[in-house]
Amino acid sequence: MRRLRERAIETVLFLAAASSVLVTIGIVGILVTESLPFFKTVSIVEFLTDTQWTPLFENPRYGILPLLCGTFLSTIIALLVAIPLGTVAAAFLSEYVRPSFREILKPILELLAAVPTVVYGYFALLFVTPLLQKLIPSLGGFNVLSAGLVIGVMIVPYVSSLSEDAMRSVPGHLREASFAVGASRMQTAFRVVIPAAFSGITSAYILGISRALGETMVVAIAAGMQPNLTMNPTEPAATITAFIVQVSLGDLPHGSIGYQSIYVAGLSLLVLTLCFNIIGLYLRKKFQEKE
Amino acid sequence: MEVQQDILANIKRRQMWDFVFALCGLMSLLFALITLLTLIVDLSMTGVARINYDFFTNFPSRFADRAGILSAWVGSFCIMLTTAFCAIPLGVAAGVYLEEYSKKNWISQIIELNIINLAGIPSITYGLMALGLFVYKLKLGQSILTAGLTLGLLVLPIIIVTTREAIRAIPNTIREASYAMGASKWQTIRYHILPYSSGGILTGVIISLSRAIGETAPLITIGALTFIAFLPTPPIEGHFPFVNFKWLMDPFTVMPIQMFNWLSRPQPEFHVNAAATGVVLLVMTLIMNGGAIYLRSRFRKKMKW
Repeated sequence: MRRLRERAIETVLFLAAASSVLVTIGIVGILVTESLPFFKTVSIVEFLTDTQWTPLFENPRYGILPLLCGTFLSTIIALLVAIPLGTVAAAFLSEYVRPSFREILKPILELLAAVPTVVYGYFALLFVTPLLQKLIPSLGGFNVLSAGLVIGVMIVPYVSSLSEDAMRSVPGHLREASFAVGASRMQTAFRVVIPAAFSGITSAYILGISRALGETMVVAIAAGMQPNLTMNPTEPAATITAFIVQVSLGDLPHGSIGYQSIYVAGLSLLVLTLCFNIIGLYLRKKFQEKE
Repeated sequence: MEVQQDILANIKRRQMWDFVFALCGLMSLLFALITLLTLIVDLSMTGVARINYDFFTNFPSRFADRAGILSAWVGSFCIMLTTAFCAIPLGVAAGVYLEEYSKKNWISQIIELNIINLAGIPSITYGLMALGLFVYKLKLGQSILTAGLTLGLLVLPIIIVTTREAIRAIPNTIREASYAMGASKWQTIRYHILPYSSGGILTGVIISLSRAIGETAPLITIGALTFIAFLPTPPIEGHFPFVNFKWLMDPFTVMPIQMFNWLSRPQPEFHVNAAATGVVLLVMTLIMNGGAIYLRSRFRKKMKW
């Protein structure tokens, strides 16, 4: 009787753990099946090479390039902010600051990631953009630049927290050896600790990249939602995520080409982030083996 | 003599660079923190004056000064309830299984890889999945139940990971002592492991709920309405069986969506309302996260095994 109960409980717990796999299967399955009909009307070649994305217009054009362009542009701007700030902050926290002080600073830094993204959208649109307009008078009310900058600040904690963990797990005797041959703290940080923690730091960057790629509300609010094939950050543009939000806000009949187009966009985004996640996973594995 | 001078100069130079780098580190930390502070101050300066009793008890309106967030905060509350109800048992159970039962085989490895991967999937894809699965395939509609399930699945990895960390921190001696008294595996978990790890689990629950309360994109995707001027069906009624679950199937709006809606209007008066909603949201998430940080440090200090 008792053994039976134990078995039953174990089975229930196993099902709970396995349900997380079902979620993944659900996400991939739904995205694939709902976007397949799209490729009956639009050829893959057109989808990948057309330079306009206007699936809801009279003469629809289905080229994903403008959306990819907007997505990459905002991601690159975000990374230009997050990677230097995050790495330097991580090196400072792990190599210079006393542990007791670090225990206070790190959670405060993590609050940056806790702020709701819609609040960051407000900040980008009504604080950062007006501020930038004083520097660049030609800047429009909607632009990728301020959205990217704000996403950058938002993902600093993702980059710094994991990088700091990686740097801190570098064994102390490596540092001591470096100090013993007369290196300064900065030399130790750059020539010993950062190279030793490199794969961990890279996997932190990759997490930052996939966060920036998938960030939605900031770009939907501040970047203008206009598919635009440009690499000029002062212009408005749409990202994949912003397009999905824009279409979802309208009334969307199930099975229409508009409905299918958001699934195609979502699938493209999923493929992009999955690629980065797998690279990150590989790096983290490599990094764990070294320890 | 000259060589010594060289060395001294070299040391001086390196000390200077060391100092410069420390300053850079401090600056980047300060930059991040000052941005956070600026955001809070800017939002409060615009929004706080708008927050009063009426703001919480009025429905949205086309007159900015009469509009309130009643339907939004009630919606947020209902959805949090649903989210907590589906994510906590599932997440804790999964965490317990992975930490206490799972053997090192390919199934558990797949589950583990999968959880890491899930945490990296953009939240908006959860919304797309929910639209296709819950709204159209299972016909649950654009309801509170759909929203709660969506956010529940979204925060599931957070709860699983924190539960595992909390359980891993319990030393094996506790388990051995329990087995030595003749307890079964489940009894050990039920009476020892779960109570001792409840602090860590609670931290994860709070963090996941604070994430859920600010999440906007997946709810817009499943088709949450941006203008709702009624409340869900009350869960308690005057006749038998006194409680009903009709509210689960009602349409909804939540605070972040209400804020997004006001923000996307051109009139600045609505932006004030957006700022006020932002203040409410920010206060809630900061309190929840502060609470989680406090809990974590308290339990870490108290539990000295």
